[in-house]
Amino acid sequence: MSEVRNDYIRPVDFRHGRVDMTHGGGGRAMAQLIDELFLRAFDNEWLRQANDQAAFAVCAGRMVMATDSHVVSPLFFPGGDIGCLSVHGTINDVAMSGAVPLYLSAGFILEEGFPLIDLKRVVESMAAAAREAGVPVVTGDTKVVEKGKGDGVFITTTGIGMVPEGVAISGNAAKPGDRILVSGTMGDHGVAIMSLRENLTFETTIRSDTAALHGLVAAMVEAVPRIHCLRDPTRGGLATTLNELASQSGCGMVIAERRIPVNGQVNAACEFLGLDPLYVANEGKLVAICAADDADALLAAMRAHPQGKDAAIIGEVIADPHHFVQMDTSFGGRRVVDWLTGEQLPRIC
Amino acid sequence: MKYIDEFRDGELARTLASAIAREARSGRSYNLMEFCGGHTHAISRYGLSDLLPPNVNMIHGPGCPVCVLPIGRIDNAIALAARPDLILCTYADTMRVPASKGTSLLKAKARGADIRMIYSSADAVRIAQENPGRDVVFFAIGFETTTPPTAVAITRAMAQELTNFSVFCNHVLTPAAISNILESKEVRELGTVPLDGFIGPAHVSTIIGSQPYEYFAEEYGRPVVIAGFEPLDVMQAILMLVRQLNEGRAVVENEFTRAVTREGNTKAKALVAEVFELRRSFEWRGLGEVPYSALRIKAKYAAFDAEARYGITYISVPDNKACECGAILRGVKKPADCKVFGTVCTPENPIGSCMVSSEGACAAHYTYGRFKDVQVVAAPPATVAA
Repeated sequence: MSEVRNDYIRPVDFRHGRVDMTHGGGGRAMAQLIDELFLRAFDNEWLRQANDQAAFAVCAGRMVMATDSHVVSPLFFPGGDIGCLSVHGTINDVAMSGAVPLYLSAGFILEEGFPLIDLKRVVESMAAAAREAGVPVVTGDTKVVEKGKGDGVFITTTGIGMVPEGVAISGNAAKPGDRILVSGTMGDHGVAIMSLRENLTFETTIRSDTAALHGLVAAMVEAVPRIHCLRDPTRGGLATTLNELASQSGCGMVIAERRIPVNGQVNAACEFLGLDPLYVANEGKLVAICAADDADALLAAMRAHPQGKDAAIIGEVIADPHHFVQMDTSFGGRRVVDWLTGEQLPRIC
Repeated sequence: MKYIDEFRDGELARTLASAIAREARSGRSYNLMEFCGGHTHAISRYGLSDLLPPNVNMIHGPGCPVCVLPIGRIDNAIALAARPDLILCTYADTMRVPASKGTSLLKAKARGADIRMIYSSADAVRIAQENPGRDVVFFAIGFETTTPPTAVAITRAMAQELTNFSVFCNHVLTPAAISNILESKEVRELGTVPLDGFIGPAHVSTIIGSQPYEYFAEEYGRPVVIAGFEPLDVMQAILMLVRQLNEGRAVVENEFTRAVTREGNTKAKALVAEVFELRRSFEWRGLGEVPYSALRIKAKYAAFDAEARYGITYISVPDNKACECGAILRGVKKPADCKVFGTVCTPENPIGSCMVSSEGACAAHYTYGRFKDVQVVAAPPATVAA
């Protein structure tokens, strides 16, 4: 004879279970998933209060806020997954103002049928990334869409941070004569992702460079508080980021191809796919622009940090009403480094 | 990178550049057509023309497979993709080519057509195997380099008795296009296109060899140098052409000895001959109808011929009136001569096909070289610390 056990809830079957519509329905199944997965992974004083919002004290000064949605395919790739990527991406967007990131929120859109074991892996990776970065996820939301209306899992994260006094970093602050620096090799993330794409499996030891850069930024800001611009060259790569900064600041740029660090394997992969590493995405690198007099100090500070050991000065800002980004090719000619057109597509032959 | 950086060495480039400058005679000009879009891309990407003396001019040729595909053929492909339950497999470059009425394969895909971007013809065969209940058509385009893989796909599909796979064949031939340019009014009679020599595409010659070009050298008295696609290959080929012209010679020379022989790849040629035959005529964007310039699938393989299978009829569609792609593909005009270049026609919203592929003359110039058309602030070389 069955004996009803009060308050007993059978644990979520993460090993065999899949996301179903009840996990977003607001009922017991959703509460259980939040409790057994999200709360447990992200555990912190704000989430433990189980409110629909997180309350925290703010100090005087300038705050920044940034949001980023993540829809990467495949979800798991060499060097990372959508979970840690969604933490790093938003922390970096906050940090590119020179700010110290403080809190994150996370919104999940789950597709019906998505294996719970994969969801667990993603959430735990996210939690580990947040813990490592010292930036807690203090509030969140989960929705489930019917099968076929999503791609496994989409994650949107929002972050807020405080800008230290005296720091005024902005994309429109580059001036003619300024120097342009990058923190390391270009294109690693994009090539790691492409190596796994359907129809395109190729063997490489390249790993995504996904990383939270606020530690590097803090070291840079400490060495040179007057940094003019910071930006992480994610989608569209270095070329797109430089064009954004040139047009925001109303100036031109000249860079030297042979100064741009690119990993040999990334170069090789780009070569046979017909891609240009300057347009391939990064998730753990930044571009910095500062006055010429500050460049050596900034470079030294970057190289002293593990995330900036391959940092290099790659060029300078010039006055140019057309806002062109020009590049001296290692071959000896000069060309425009243009905005990315559409998606970067491989050439036929 | 091993075996690639060696062909992009700046020091060697300067040595070659000074040899070209030294040997090019000041009393004459050297007008050299690089037939292939791959060369156009390399010339623009590495800023090669900066290294040439002013009397050595590079003229972009029609060797961009996407650029020469006429609108009507893209319309055919879009109509195929619109059939229920059909999967159209295509190389990514063709996705953005503008077709009739403002459509493109990319737009057709957004409206729900099942169009898959693939990297290899083998992927199309695999997709057919994985989707036995659906028809799969491979939109095959390209010059001699991409033809053998299409032949392999067809023979493989036959061996596997695939009944849902077919190929919409649009393969075209390099020598026929070069003949057409040399026979054109502009070159032969009007002299509006001075054409002193050709750089031949090495990829094509890895298949067909260097022999097919001997006819041009003999019949038209134009030297041909077959060259690879690295910038040093192109520089070396330019020097070889300058030397031939100085010496009054017109022969076929092979810069790309690392892969090209006189006969080419006989196995690949035999496979192509087994599966394909010449079309009597084929329309090229820019060149118009060119006799015996393209391939079709032989009757023996008709089961794999999408044209036969779906009764595709070709309807020629004229280019946009403002578009100068035709003249640009024949070398008569340069991209900046076109009124819509960089205004209405940009890589984001291409009007003409030359603006679509990165190998197209307009896209290459827009992406890499357009700063030369305007008064640019004279920028010093990028001064950077070591």
